[in-house]
Amino acid sequence: MSEHTTTAPIPTLEIKNLVVEYRTEDGIVHAVNGLDLRIEKGKTLGLVGETGAGKTTTGLAILRLVAQPPGVIVDGSIHLNGENLLMKSEKEMEKIRGKQVSMIFQDPMTSLNPVTRVEDQIAEVIELHEHLSWNESLAKARDMLELVGIPGERGVDYPHQFSGGMKQRVVIAIALACSPQLLISDEPTTALDVTIQAQVLQLMKNLREKYQMSMLMITHDLGIVVEICDLVSIMYAGRVVEHGSLEDIFNNTRHPYTEGLFNSLPNLEDRKAKLKPIKGLMPDPSNLPPGCAFCPRCDYAMEICHTDKPGKVYRTEDHFVECHLYSEQNIGEKVIGK
Amino acid sequence: MSKQQPLLEVKNLKKYFQTPRGMLHAVDDVSFKIAEGKTLGVVGESGCGKSTTGRAILRLVEPTSGEVNFDGIDILKLNPEQMRKMRQHMQIIFQDPYSSLDPRKTISQTIEEPLRLNHIIPDKNARIERVFELMETVGLAERLFNTYPHELDGGRRQRIGIARALALNPNFIVCDEPVSALDVSIQAQILNLLKELQSRLNLTYMFITHNLSVVNHFSDDIAVMYLGEMIEMAPAEDLFTQPLHPYTQALLSAIPAPTLNKKMDRIILKGEIASPIEPKPICRFANRCIHMQDRCRKEHPELIEASTGHFVACFLVQ
Ligand SMILES: Nc1ncnc2c1ncn2[C@@H]1O[C@H](COP(=O)(O)OP(=O)(O)O)[C@@H](O)[C@H]1O
Ligand SMILES: Nc1ncnc2c1ncn2[C@@H]1O[C@H](COP(=O)(O)OP(=O)(O)O)[C@@H](O)[C@H]1O
Ligand SMILES: [Mg+2]
Ligand SMILES: [Mg+2]
Repeated sequence: MSEHTTTAPIPTLEIKNLVVEYRTEDGIVHAVNGLDLRIEKGKTLGLVGETGAGKTTTGLAILRLVAQPPGVIVDGSIHLNGENLLMKSEKEMEKIRGKQVSMIFQDPMTSLNPVTRVEDQIAEVIELHEHLSWNESLAKARDMLELVGIPGERGVDYPHQFSGGMKQRVVIAIALACSPQLLISDEPTTALDVTIQAQVLQLMKNLREKYQMSMLMITHDLGIVVEICDLVSIMYAGRVVEHGSLEDIFNNTRHPYTEGLFNSLPNLEDRKAKLKPIKGLMPDPSNLPPGCAFCPRCDYAMEICHTDKPGKVYRTEDHFVECHLYSEQNIGEKVIGK
Repeated sequence: MSKQQPLLEVKNLKKYFQTPRGMLHAVDDVSFKIAEGKTLGVVGESGCGKSTTGRAILRLVEPTSGEVNFDGIDILKLNPEQMRKMRQHMQIIFQDPYSSLDPRKTISQTIEEPLRLNHIIPDKNARIERVFELMETVGLAERLFNTYPHELDGGRRQRIGIARALALNPNFIVCDEPVSALDVSIQAQILNLLKELQSRLNLTYMFITHNLSVVNHFSDDIAVMYLGEMIEMAPAEDLFTQPLHPYTQALLSAIPAPTLNKKMDRIILKGEIASPIEPKPICRFANRCIHMQDRCRKEHPELIEASTGHFVACFLVQ
């Protein structure tokens, strides 16, 4: 299964050809369609895409939390530190969740129990995974609160007594209580105001450093990507259509969809610049076009794009794009946006 | 600010809500003008009073006190029948196209409704003509005429909201976070549509948002609100290049810019917005302000014109 050469370090996360479907009465929703993704130890990967691209499903699949039914992981492998999570029993997964991999969501109440004191919620995770006594777990829970900038004595409060920003801090405290190797953050600041978002991102950066954590940062905000990510995967209709470093994606953009995302954003430097939206809508994932999924919205679509799915073309060892516009020969130049 | 005669002039507008814990100052003595055909952007964090300001101007909530002069008439003095007529000129578009539309009505019924209720076009066939015209104006295909909101995506639902707001040929539209629930590619489509409609129909907008890059792109003037008060107001360009209030400075520095070419010195604010209930007569931002002086916790800073058209409420600038 996992044939890693002895010299290359084992990545924290390596996903190959992940396929996830939701089999509903109205048809099969092809949420994730052959996704590849890799995060080296200590690195943060931004997974960027619009609503329905399959980002959350990908995050849930890593933890094996895709709602089943209707969700089915149809194909692929998900290796965490070299071990295939798709081969684990549910019992083994319970030990991994919250200990080796944690996930935080846009709505903090997804992870919080409204009728339990917040320090108890943190301590429960610690007690479960670290085999400490309840009192030791509680003491550590209060330390965790302090670490995320909440006075320890507020641990006796209930979630509704906290603001949105503070609830998200509590969730971060729970997620990091057992020093996971991988943190999956699903739009963690989308519901927060910008000044609070800046606080929370700063906190996440500090903690990532402290714990040497790898991160999967799911977001639709390219500004946040700049803020916190090392690498970026642009996701469209269940696939990574372009991947690379910040420099690759921002300054050597290749895919017309990536370009379209940038052109849709208001330019802070030039407030009069006209927005150039991507035309049309994302395709219905239960009825994807046979060729390139972006083809119906693409200004550069050619005949082949309607019929054949594009393969990966590499510009550098890291930077690839899935687009028929490119070949080994011309990937060095940017053929779009002229 | 523009020298033109303003279409809308709001003076000392207040909206207080009685709550179990005391009087909540949602909008506290806010004054501003918007010239015809222009856009005033209103920004600030959630709960600072943006929506209440927009709704109070249309009397969708009844203001506690103040004046709202629309085309020279103080609309707070109008009786219900006069107000109903006035509303034809003043419309609102909401953030959430999902919840602001009636799920049991088709697109055409939704857009037709204001025409029918206001007896603008008595003839049914003529009304339907107008609905088709409005659908075309906002870029909704004819084939969607008999579809229901749940069959449509967020961008199209927002287009319905816009068509409905345009039905009565208004001069003024409050846009309350009209693109906040939309993906960026769709957001750009709607922003372009709103701009195009503005220049075509000479519309005046009050554009409420918490998204600072959007407000910069969209507005002529920008007002920044904090805990019910307007703490800074200036032409957009000025506000972004020379913010005077420490809160505005922090807000602008917190925007995550989607570019590698600019490294911002971020001002990370301490703490969070205080309670809007029975605020003390001091600077409401003082507890989070890095420039806080004694005076800020003793007196209330008034909004003054620091340079032409640039208003700010901060002792640093007085
Ligand atoms: N429980 C579910 N049942 C059916 N379809 C689902 C379910 N969860 C997600 N989907 C569908 O899967 C696709 C991908 O969704 P999601 O992973 O949530 O995308 P994203 O997080 O990028 O917005 C969407 O079309 C969504 O409607
Ligand atoms: N009907 C109401 N009753 C009591 N308080 C309200 C009501 N509507 C709004 N508020 C309060 O008024 C303040 C301003 O709210 P709002 O105008 O919605 O802010 P924004 O739109 O800037 O997020 C908030 O503190 C909010 O809780
Ligand atoms: Mg999601
Ligand atoms: Mg609001």
